[in-house]
Formats: sequence, structure tokens, C-alpha cells
Amino acid sequence: MVSTTTVPKATVATAISVRDLSLGVQGGDLILKDVDFDLTPGRILALVGESGSGKTTAALACMNHLRTGLELRGGSVQLHEGASRFFNQNMDLLTLSEKQVRKLRGGTIAYVPQDPALSLNGALRVGEQIHEVLCIHEFGRNGREREARVAEVLEEVGLPSTKKYQRRYPHQLSGGQQQRIGIAMAFACRPAVIILDEPTTGLDVATQDLVLKTVYQLTTKHDVAGLYITHDLAVVAQVANDVAVMLRGEIVERGPAEKVLYDPDHDYTKTLLAAVPDLQGERAMGGGPAVSPSAKVRAPWDNSHDDDVPVANSGQVADSARGANDGRDNARGVGQHDAAQSAHGASSGATAVAAEPARSDEASRGGERAASSTGDTAQVHDRAASPTETKPANEPLVAVRDLRLAYGPAVILDGINLDLVEGQTTMLLGESGSGKTTLSRSIAGLNAAYTGEVLLEGNVLANGTRKRSNEDRRRIQYIFQSPFSSLNPRRSIGDSLEVPLEMSGGMSRKQRRAAVADALDAVRLGRSYINRRPGELSGGERQRAAVARALVNAPSVLVCDEITSALDVSVQASVIELLRDLQRERGLAMLFVTHNIALARHVSHKLAVLEKGRLVDYGPTDHVLRNPQHGYTKSLLKHVPTL
Amino acid sequence: MILKRLGISVFVLLAVSVVVFVFTLLLPGDPAQAILGQQATPERLAALREQLNLNDPWYERYFTWLGGLLVGDLGTSAATGGSVNELLGQKVSASVLLMIIAAVISIPVGILLGTWSAMRRGRTTDHTLTGISLVLAALPEFVIGIALTTLLSTTVFQLLPSVTMAAPGTRVWDYPLQLVLPTLTLVLVVVPYMIRMTRTTMLDVLDSGYVEMARLKGVPERQVIMKHALPHAIGPVAQVVAMQLAWLAGGIVVVEFLFRYPGLGQAMVDAVQIRDVQVVQALSMIIAAFYVVVNLIADVIGILANPKLRTESSK
Repeated sequence: MVSTTTVPKATVATAISVRDLSLGVQGGDLILKDVDFDLTPGRILALVGESGSGKTTAALACMNHLRTGLELRGGSVQLHEGASRFFNQNMDLLTLSEKQVRKLRGGTIAYVPQDPALSLNGALRVGEQIHEVLCIHEFGRNGREREARVAEVLEEVGLPSTKKYQRRYPHQLSGGQQQRIGIAMAFACRPAVIILDEPTTGLDVATQDLVLKTVYQLTTKHDVAGLYITHDLAVVAQVANDVAVMLRGEIVERGPAEKVLYDPDHDYTKTLLAAVPDLQGERAMGGGPAVSPSAKVRAPWDNSHDDDVPVANSGQVADSARGANDGRDNARGVGQHDAAQSAHGASSGATAVAAEPARSDEASRGGERAASSTGDTAQVHDRAASPTETKPANEPLVAVRDLRLAYGPAVILDGINLDLVEGQTTMLLGESGSGKTTLSRSIAGLNAAYTGEVLLEGNVLANGTRKRSNEDRRRIQYIFQSPFSSLNPRRSIGDSLEVPLEMSGGMSRKQRRAAVADALDAVRLGRSYINRRPGELSGGERQRAAVARALVNAPSVLVCDEITSALDVSVQASVIELLRDLQRERGLAMLFVTHNIALARHVSHKLAVLEKGRLVDYGPTDHVLRNPQHGYTKSLLKHVPTL
Repeated sequence: MILKRLGISVFVLLAVSVVVFVFTLLLPGDPAQAILGQQATPERLAALREQLNLNDPWYERYFTWLGGLLVGDLGTSAATGGSVNELLGQKVSASVLLMIIAAVISIPVGILLGTWSAMRRGRTTDHTLTGISLVLAALPEFVIGIALTTLLSTTVFQLLPSVTMAAPGTRVWDYPLQLVLPTLTLVLVVVPYMIRMTRTTMLDVLDSGYVEMARLKGVPERQVIMKHALPHAIGPVAQVVAMQLAWLAGGIVVVEFLFRYPGLGQAMVDAVQIRDVQVVQALSMIIAAFYVVVNLIADVIGILANPKLRTESSK
């Protein structure tokens, strides 16, 4: 790595102290109530909370930036003496003039936005965008020094530093590269404080892993005080030293990451933690034990406290995870730097530092329970498969045979063979662009351009919904990713739910209303929602309404296209609980499309991994996770962040 | 990509030429009769028909006409018997002059005021500006023209000439004062739309992530607008400007009539009155070509202002 500028060590104990910060909507409700936190050089504080909890608002307030419609109600943001190159005394950021604040922004306090695709300027070359920060803050003595710094910071974040690369536009980079440009821009002026606003939300796990390592490495190496905003507790475990948990504008719990994550005090933190899916399937996320737990996890009847999930289980997890955390801390100290670099070079060749502790932990625990494990697994599987016992499970309800879809020379899907069995869930895993949505739409008949066959109970279905019979259409229902756009905002929930019944016909209006009310009861919304409109519902409620819409004419197959991706973890957990209950009650066959491998054990009996239009791994979930055949699956498993 | 747009433009022009030609064919009455009047002898009518190629099948006449267009020969005026080129040449340049002045004034004014209004969103200046532009946009051009005439050249102040009086053989730009009122009317008609569209586009851009990011980088507000926001607004605004300029080509008919300005519009009115088919065809094609060219320019600007489209087109 080139190092042309010296690395200043922080001379202060605390860079920024936020005290009693209160913010509200102009003339309206409070959004932040008396928020306090300190940012310390070389450490990362994670601000954790669900969407709408005010975490981004709090972070932007640290830069004295209020989004339109917000007003300050009180409090202070102290920037401590020595933290900034421009000011030599303590001062309250919130009282500074616009010009003074501008000097601090980007230079002393830098921001990494959530979605680089929106936040990088599409009309400017990436090198120019980094160079701009340096010019504004008069970093370096002349143009040549600034250009050297641009090249240097690009290398620091693991990107090529060539002039040719700098002349690219954002749209010519991948999402991960764009985010690293955003990070380079933030680190360019060697800020004292860096604020990261969910910088990995849109990235696949391997890229997320790389970005997290870069962030961690740069903050520790350059003694930067970090504020990391996220709702993903698994990410918190990977990067944060300290954690503050936000609930409706208040910080309800704070402390070192190890303490908050593995031994939380506040009920809300416990709820959040219980909702995080884990790859091992140890946690009882989604209202019960995992569908396909790993062999080392106890069978449910081992634990008499199974019903009060969060308390009983978090204690148990805490034991095991503390070990994992120790291991990770070691990894950070010793191998962090190398790991980040080698992972950048070639993901296959590098040893996965972050994944290792979890695995060694697994091994030791596996040893403890070696005696009982085999018997337990068998029984667990029996229980999971119980709904199928009533009918023979040998014939799949839906079978996909040699499905292929191409638009001209671009092959989207090729040679897909997939079965959906009654009472079971098949998870279709893949990143954006892998063709998973296209496949699920083909099965539902929404995309008719495929060749090959989709069979329902052994009968070949026509290619498109228009050609399929009413009965065929009724039996396969589709739930869309975003509950915000899949429900017509002008219709009441009841009207929206009635549409499929009107289409299939044969019911009086009264019967239809009754069926709609039953469906709303079934998704635990209650029939009182029948006259509400989607705008009055929260994200989780809307997704339940969308599930009810799919359930209302009693289908046999549910195709769930990323239905939890837009939801917070706790809402995700409740939606998954709902799906699992419905499956148990009705014996539904489900195709659960997702990019989140951590959900695998919690929802699916079978796991299908899709990469570039081909199924690269397919089999019982536990089997695929333990013996991944394809490099892509292995890399997913290696990079998935774990608590 | 630009080549593709160019191809589409050529196709559109060809399609327009067919439509224009077919419509002039459908006009009731006989052009020869119209020119010679009711007293014309059958021999003279026949001779004129021969001269105007009216006896050829319609497709031959179309291709003769199209061939003429391509080499810049707009045909022979049925009314005067002279070349259409000669008849229209001066009037077209007079109109083009009017439009260019109007465009040169209104484009910067519209974009500047629109941007300014967007920057002061919700404040008094913004409300005033959007209010005024809405009122102006709602008024038809002849009302604005009459109001201006009343205000500036007749009842209130008598500063400017209300009609254009160019002696034969002189050119309109020999009397700059006469140009003021027609230009001002066109500007006032066109600018409100530009302001409103620029404002809306800029509001979208100012709410975007990259503008917020630029502010969080500490970029001074002026630079945020000029460097980060405006380039994104150029494409959409160019489309609006093109629409307005294209409208000018048609709207100018009313304005020219109002101020007795010897331009395209007047020529059009005259030609229709005396059923001068060749001139109507020629004028229709000129206006159509203007529409197409202006839109093509807007598309090209849109492509050039957007690196994503630009890099794709160079592939």
C-alpha cells in the first residue's frame, strides 16, 4: 500500500459527544428524545434500531443536517478540541454557522450513505467525486498531492487507482465498487469521525463482508471514530465495538457489543436478537425451532422452556456465542488486514477469517453432543415433516422440468428441475440477477416465455396465466416482494382481497366477504381490517394483508418472492412465523425466494441455490448447508455474517 | 444511439410528407379552377392542369414533389406562378429571426428563474413566481399580445410601434423597435412553461441522494447547484424547451397576424385563403421539419448530458 501522507493519531479521548439531542417534525411529534452518545477514536459505535426509530436522523444531526420538515428541539453535539483540523476549541456543532458547518462536513465528519447508486452523482466521474472533497477542504498543498491522495485512498478501499478507473462513471461500477467509492470519498480527507448509514444494505453477502472489513480496518488503522447505523445485528457483531439500541427515538440500551449482543438487559433488545435468523438454526426465530436445524442443535423437547423463546434461548446462545466472539476478536487483531486484502484478490483462495471462529465453535459443540446428535436429527425431521404424514409425499405437487428461458442470446434460466412438495418449503436462494424472480414468475405463470414444463399434480400447466384454467390459477398464488406496491392504495383491503374470488367466480358477495374475513383472521390481522386502506397499515401489516390476498381462495401452492426483504428483522420473524403456521394448518407447498441464506434453516425443508440461471446446489436444507457442492454456495456460507 | 434517433427523424419527416400530400389532395375543389376563377375557359383550365402536373397519377406527383423537396425546390406557387422558394425565403428568415430572439431570451430566463424558484421552495419568492407563471401560462398568446400593445404602444405608454410596417424591399431587422413587441409576447408565452418545468425537475433533483451527499461533503451551495444538480436537470429541461420552441413555430401564426409581422404565419394564412396548395405544402413541411429538428436536438442534448446514455451509445 502506498503511503504518501502521514497518519495522524487521534489526540483526543472522545471526538464527538451528543447530549440530550431532541428533534421533531415541524410543529409535530418528537422523533428523537434526549439522545446521548459518544464517538471515540478507533472505535465503532453501532446505532441499532428498526426503520422509523430515528437512527438516521440522529446520525445526520451529528453533521448538523436536518432533512426537510424536521426541527431541532434541543441538545448539543460537542466536537471536542483537537478533533478537527479547522477548529481548536470545543464547540457545539448545532450552533455553528452554515459556512463553519460546511467546513466540517466531509473533512472532519464524513458520511457514507445507504445506497451508493442514489448517492453517487451519475453525471460525474468517480475520481472527480473523490477529488472534489479534497479540493473543497483544501487537503494537500497542490493538485498533485490531491491526485496522489485520490489514488491512495482508492487503494485503501481495495479499488484500482489507475487514471482509467478514476475516469469511470458510477453506472460502470458494480454495487460493491460503488459503495467502496463512497467509503473512499468519506475517508479521503482523513476525517476524525465517520458516519456509515447502513452501507451494506443493498449488497450481497460476499461484497458486504468485504466492505465491512474495509470499514473496520480503516477506522482502526486511522484512529477514526465511527458511527455505524444498521438494523442488522449480525453486521453489528462483525464491525461494532459498542452498541446503542434505539426504540422510537430513544436509546434504550447501550454498552460494549459483547454485552449487548450476548447478554442484553432490555426486553426490546432481546426481541430484536430473537428475531435474527442464524445459519445454524439454533435460535427459535419465527415462533418456533428451525425447520431444518443443524445436527448439533438439540431437539425441541430437550428444552422445557421452549415456549418463552427469547429469554431461554438467548441465554443459551450467549454461552456459545461468547466463545465465537473471542475467536473473532483474535481474528481481528491478527489477521484482519490480511484477510481483507486477500479476500479482495481472490475470494476462493483466501481463508475466511470471520467464518472460522464460528466453525471451530461448531466443532467443539458438535463434539459435546456427538452421542445424541444423530438420533435427534432424525426426530427433528419427523416433526418438521409432520404435515405431510397424512398424505404420501412421494409425488411432488408442483414439478418443474427442464425449464429454460432466454431473451435472445441472454439465457436467464437453463435446465431448471425443481419440486415443490405438499406441506414443505423449498427455498430458492440467489442474488439479484440470478434469475430467481424470473423462475418463480414462470412457475406462477406470470412469465410465459419459458420452454420446458411446469407440472401441477402431474398435469402440464400452460405457459401463461391467461392460458391456464381458473382452477390452475387458483391453486398457485404469488406474493410480491414489496407490500407497499402490491396492494392497490385506492382500494380497501377487503376489496383487494375479494378480487381473486370474483375472478374464480361461483360465490355470492356475502360468501366472498365471509371468505375475506376468514383469510384476514388466518393471517392474524383480524376482520376489522376489512375496510382499511393500505396507507393506514404498517409494512408488516401490509405484507400480512398480501399473504391473505394469496390465501383467500385456498391455494395449494404459495410462491413467496422475497416477501421479507423489505421488512425489519422483527417483522420478518413474525411474517415467517405466520407462513410456518399456515403451512402446518393447510399443508401448503411453498417456494420461498430470498437472497438471505441465514433464513434457510428457519423456513425451508429443501434448499435450491440459483446462480446465473442454473441450479448449482439442490437438496435437503441441512444436507446442502453441510455439504455445499458449488463454489458459489460455499462462498455464501463463508461470508454470511453471524451473531 | 444518436444515429438511431436521426433515422427515426428522417422516417417521421417522410411520414409527414405523405400525410401533408394526401391532405392537400383531399382538399375540395380544383386548384386550377381556384386559381383561374369561375370564368376560366376549359382550354385554359386544361393547360394549367397540364402545367401543374395535375393529370399525372397521384403517386407520380408525390414523388416529383418529394424529389423537389430533397433538392430544396419547394415547387411553383399556383397563385403567383413564381417559385415558392422566392416567395417564402424572406418570410421564413423573418420568422426564424423572431423565434431565435425569443428563444435566446426565454431559455436562459426560464431555466434561471425555474432553478431559483426551486432553490427557494416554499418561500414567498417561490410562491410569487409560480403564481405569476401559472397566470401567464393560462393566458392565450393573443391576449398577452393585446395587453402588451395596450400597455406599451397605445393607451398607457406610447413607446413602441404596435404593428410592423416594412416597406417593400426592406427587411424586418432594419427596424429593431418593431421587433420588440412580437418578441416580448412570444417570450411571455413560452417562459412560464419553462419556469414551471425547470422548477419541478430541479425539485426532484434537489431531493435526490447525490445532492444530499454533496451537501454532506461540504460542497458550497452554489457548486451543489451548478455542478451536482443542474447537469441532471438539463436532459428533461431540454425536452420542455424543445416542446416550447416547436410550439413557437405554430404559435407564431397568431402573433404574426396580431402584429402584422411579415413572416411564416402570415404567409400560411394567405396561402390557405387563396388555396395556394404548393405554398401550404411547403409551409407544412418547413414547420414539420422544424419540430423534428428541435426534438432531435433535445434528444441529443439529453443523451450528451447523461453519461449513462452517452457511454452506451459509444459502445
